[in-house]
Amino acid sequence: MTDRIVSAALGSASREVRHSALVRYGVWVAAAAAMAAMPFVFRSGTAITVMSLIGISIIFSLSYNILLGQTGLLSFGHAVYYGLGGYLAVHAMKIIIANGFPIPLPLIPLIGGIAGLFFAVLFGWLSTKRSGTAFAMISLGLAELIGSSALILRGFFGGEEGITVDRTKLLRIFEWSFGPQVQVYYLIAAWCLICAFLMYALTRTPLGRMCNAVRDNPERVQFVGYDPRMVRFLAFCLSGFFAGIAGALATINFEIANSALFGAVQSGTVLLATFMGGAGFFFGPVIGAILVVYLQLMLSDLTSMWQLYFGLLFIAMVMFAPFGIAGLIMMHRTLWRTGVLHTVLPSYLLALVPLLVMLTGAALIIEMVHHLAAKAAEGPAMTFAGIRLQANAVGPWIAGLLMAGGGFLLFRRASRAVAAAWSRAGSTAAAGGRP
Amino acid sequence: MLELIIVSTLNGVLFGMLLFLMASGLTLIFSMMGVLNFAHASFYMLGAFFGFQISRWVGFWPALVLAPVLVAAIGAAVERFGLRNVHRHGHVPELLFTFGLAYVIEEVVQIVWGKSPLDFRVPAALDFPAFTIFATNYPAYKLFMLLISIGIFIALYAVLTRTRIGLIVQAALTHPHMVAHLGHNVPLVFMLVFGVGSGLAAVAGVIAGPALVTQSNMAALLGPILFVVVVVGGLGSLSGAFVASLLIGLLQTFAVSVSLSLADVVGLFGYRPAPDSLLKDIWNVTVAQIAPILPYLLLVLVLILKPSGLMGTRET
Amino acid sequence: MWEGSLKTTYLRGLAVAAAISLCSAASAQDSIKIAYVDPLSGGGASIGEIGLKTFQFIAELQNAKGGVLGKKIEIVGYDNKLNPQESLVQVQKAIDAGIRIITQGNGSGVAAAITEFVAKYNERNPGKEVIYLNYAAVDPVLTNDKCNFWHFRWDANSEIKMEALTNYMKDIKTIKKVYLINQDYSFGQAVRTDANKMMKAKRPDVEIVGDELHPLLKITDFAPYIAKIKASGADSVITGNWGQDFALLLKAAADAGLQANWYTYYAGGTGGPIAIKQTGLNHRVFQITEGFANIPHKSAQDFEKALRAKHNIGLFYPRAINQFGMLFAAIEQTKSTDPKRIAAALEGMKFNLFSGGEGFMRKDDHQFFQPIYLSSFGERGQAEPFDEEGTGWGWKLVGKVDTNNTMVSTTCKMQRPN
Repeated sequence: MTDRIVSAALGSASREVRHSALVRYGVWVAAAAAMAAMPFVFRSGTAITVMSLIGISIIFSLSYNILLGQTGLLSFGHAVYYGLGGYLAVHAMKIIIANGFPIPLPLIPLIGGIAGLFFAVLFGWLSTKRSGTAFAMISLGLAELIGSSALILRGFFGGEEGITVDRTKLLRIFEWSFGPQVQVYYLIAAWCLICAFLMYALTRTPLGRMCNAVRDNPERVQFVGYDPRMVRFLAFCLSGFFAGIAGALATINFEIANSALFGAVQSGTVLLATFMGGAGFFFGPVIGAILVVYLQLMLSDLTSMWQLYFGLLFIAMVMFAPFGIAGLIMMHRTLWRTGVLHTVLPSYLLALVPLLVMLTGAALIIEMVHHLAAKAAEGPAMTFAGIRLQANAVGPWIAGLLMAGGGFLLFRRASRAVAAAWSRAGSTAAAGGRP
Repeated sequence: MLELIIVSTLNGVLFGMLLFLMASGLTLIFSMMGVLNFAHASFYMLGAFFGFQISRWVGFWPALVLAPVLVAAIGAAVERFGLRNVHRHGHVPELLFTFGLAYVIEEVVQIVWGKSPLDFRVPAALDFPAFTIFATNYPAYKLFMLLISIGIFIALYAVLTRTRIGLIVQAALTHPHMVAHLGHNVPLVFMLVFGVGSGLAAVAGVIAGPALVTQSNMAALLGPILFVVVVVGGLGSLSGAFVASLLIGLLQTFAVSVSLSLADVVGLFGYRPAPDSLLKDIWNVTVAQIAPILPYLLLVLVLILKPSGLMGTRET
Repeated sequence: MWEGSLKTTYLRGLAVAAAISLCSAASAQDSIKIAYVDPLSGGGASIGEIGLKTFQFIAELQNAKGGVLGKKIEIVGYDNKLNPQESLVQVQKAIDAGIRIITQGNGSGVAAAITEFVAKYNERNPGKEVIYLNYAAVDPVLTNDKCNFWHFRWDANSEIKMEALTNYMKDIKTIKKVYLINQDYSFGQAVRTDANKMMKAKRPDVEIVGDELHPLLKITDFAPYIAKIKASGADSVITGNWGQDFALLLKAAADAGLQANWYTYYAGGTGGPIAIKQTGLNHRVFQITEGFANIPHKSAQDFEKALRAKHNIGLFYPRAINQFGMLFAAIEQTKSTDPKRIAAALEGMKFNLFSGGEGFMRKDDHQFFQPIYLSSFGERGQAEPFDEEGTGWGWKLVGKVDTNNTMVSTTCKMQRPN
């Protein structure tokens, strides 16, 4: 049933009013300009590294969405193609450096893409025989198989240390050595734009549409004259191609390829990013990639419980917002177009405060439990959000419980107000416009 | 050699029975509700940790009863308040929900008990060698594990075939919609099955805890193998799960003892691969080294060749 | 209506936050910061946190004596989640924060990534070099093929430990049949290769009756392996297993009643002592390490007592004290915190060790050489004041291999900056 809703949402996204060419291409030009300007706004080495990683993750998540959002295939082993693309790119770079071939660094991701494509063709024919849960299980099995072989086939995979390469030793064009991180960032940004554009174009082709059809109603696709298996297979191959490009860029960025590239963690992360961003919309995985990469790198500085918060956020999204952040944003589209969006905003603010209070209370309790249980040796003193407190004192516990419990009750009240505001806005919008 | 075979068979059967304890619950849940519960291995882990904690306070034998009951209650609550809400969004969100749940349970276990292994002891009453085969002692505790697993299998079989609720569950295994049409309270049955399934996994956890290492990565280690068992055994078939568990238990245990490599096999025919060839790793890897991956190989093969599993009655 | 006061509160909060950050920035200039890049969350966190606490304890003791060159030592933790790529991002973060001394130890895969990154970074950013102190990653390749000027290793690598172990074992006449069982990855394979080579060279009469490699951290039941060991009739087993691979191996051995001596690298790691006690193998399990709690050296035992009292952890890394001792000495000696000069001072440095005796940092490959100790785990006597993991049993000194009997050659061709 959800597939129907997803396709309706996607369908309405595509059945849209034909925007002028200026708007359609303008979005891409604006994105390009923004990506070019970023290093001047955020100058530190870390920021540029994070942006590079976000760029790679965007390509990877978009490639994953070809499977999940477009074709309805849930894969638990997509990192295999990412990793294999990366490994072949590293080996290619070593061979190029050793023999002095005149191939510059910017072309290397293409090699990764072709490797991803090759392995997707190899494994895809077997994987796409089934769809649904069987497909998910096959992808899991394959991922475990290849992940485990990485430590066994040491010659190709380099064992524990992986394989390293020096990216500055390839042929230089325009005097770019790609030593400085900022140059690598621009390389990644360029590839990110190209791949995103190509993947978006894919959604507009007949193949892209048939993928949607296979997702929604494979039996009917057969009646229309297409083989769902073939469509799934083609989607799988294309998805592997772009995943390979992302993998190659990752190995260029870190100058190392190791078995972490196709680990279960990597597959899980891209699934998380795509789903949380919103699998039903093209820009959903983009949002998800930015969010997840940023949180993964920066949240661990704040608390060692970041994985728990991540998991809870994920469950909350699955339960209450299965269309992801993009879904939440697009929900407001009708309201915005009919001009009644501003009527629901005050109720949002009203609901936001108890929500934050509740979350702070819950976080306080979690941190205190963690401190008491697992870090008992350190004694009861701890800091939370910069405030020192005693984890075994009654005060903070009462505060935490009050905040969590009270926040929850108030939030329920406020969400009723939000629902009321929505229905009012909805009826105004249906009635044709201004409140 | 004979000693090796006998010991490996015993251990393989034991490991297989342990897998079956967990896989039985998972098969029931998967077959009836169509949801592949990623968090099932997490309930196994919770059983081990609750068992450890309760045995610390009251002793091992009460823990054997209390821990599964607690975990069963948690499982039923998860079904009632979590899965039921997500169910209307479809299969993919259900899978993702259990995926997130597995993640969160592991984190919670780490918060409360830390990340190091715990000192979960075999109860003193069972800490002696049961018998000796060819100079190898077989511990009584392992025999106990075997007996409990067999006992539960018999009890499960009896409940499913001889009681009314068991017959309803059996019917719902293969024809869930029809059962609902006939007027049975299918949501209640689902909750019961989920709870009992989780409880079974917890029993496996309590008895496996002292034998294996009780640590927060228990679920991640056993989880994937569990799926292999369920898928290979087949949808809708408890006996299929039983056969698959034994098969995989024996496969893993025996494979570990075999030191053959491809080069050895081919060497029998007189062909010697070059020592430095590109594929030298593939030639020289022994069966023992790849023993843990064999179940996944089996999984992929079964899914491609016979997707309904070895003894399954339905397609996924 | 409440917007006005909300706005003022917000601005006030912002001002306070800004003030706090300015203060901390100001105080930062007075300290020497060292980045500790290891897992602080997830699976490896238990080990990573122990290392962080140990280093912070050492820093506290030094700061109480006035710091180094009058500046306080500050250890900043960066969580790498045991992932090599993540480690590179964290090292980048540390560099951005102005830190130029990096230390790490858990995971040779991570170490290999960091050492390559540091070498490339230093080459591409002259004048902003960073130095990498490796306290625990034991893959020999880091001081052989992948050696570089900016990397220093304080832990005896696996080859050195095997050299020491076999030098000890060759004198024990009761060892006739040896079984090797190791994890199938770079470390385990190194242990196995070195054990084969060195035992054959030193005691050709000893028969190596088995040589097993099993997948890393995937086996839940070692009974089949134990059955094979029993069948081979081995009296000694050499293994590099750690963590649950060690615990489960020992459990299976105890269950099956295997009578053999275990010569290990990491029996003292987390979970090891508990596993040994559970199996009841009293003084039959040995470990080869550069130090342990019950070494008869007074200042070392005092330190151990203080650390246990404060943090309730034992000293897993005696080498950490040697590492920091030498680092501080190098800084004092060169009167500078510039990594290039520290590195030049460190190579070739001799040092009086924490557990007694003398060690030195070899210039050729930046590997530290020190006496290596063999100890066995079991019931304690008068000479063993410390127990492990609450079991009541402790490590007892069995043998000491002097520094010059631990030397191994190297293939390192170090390139030095001018």
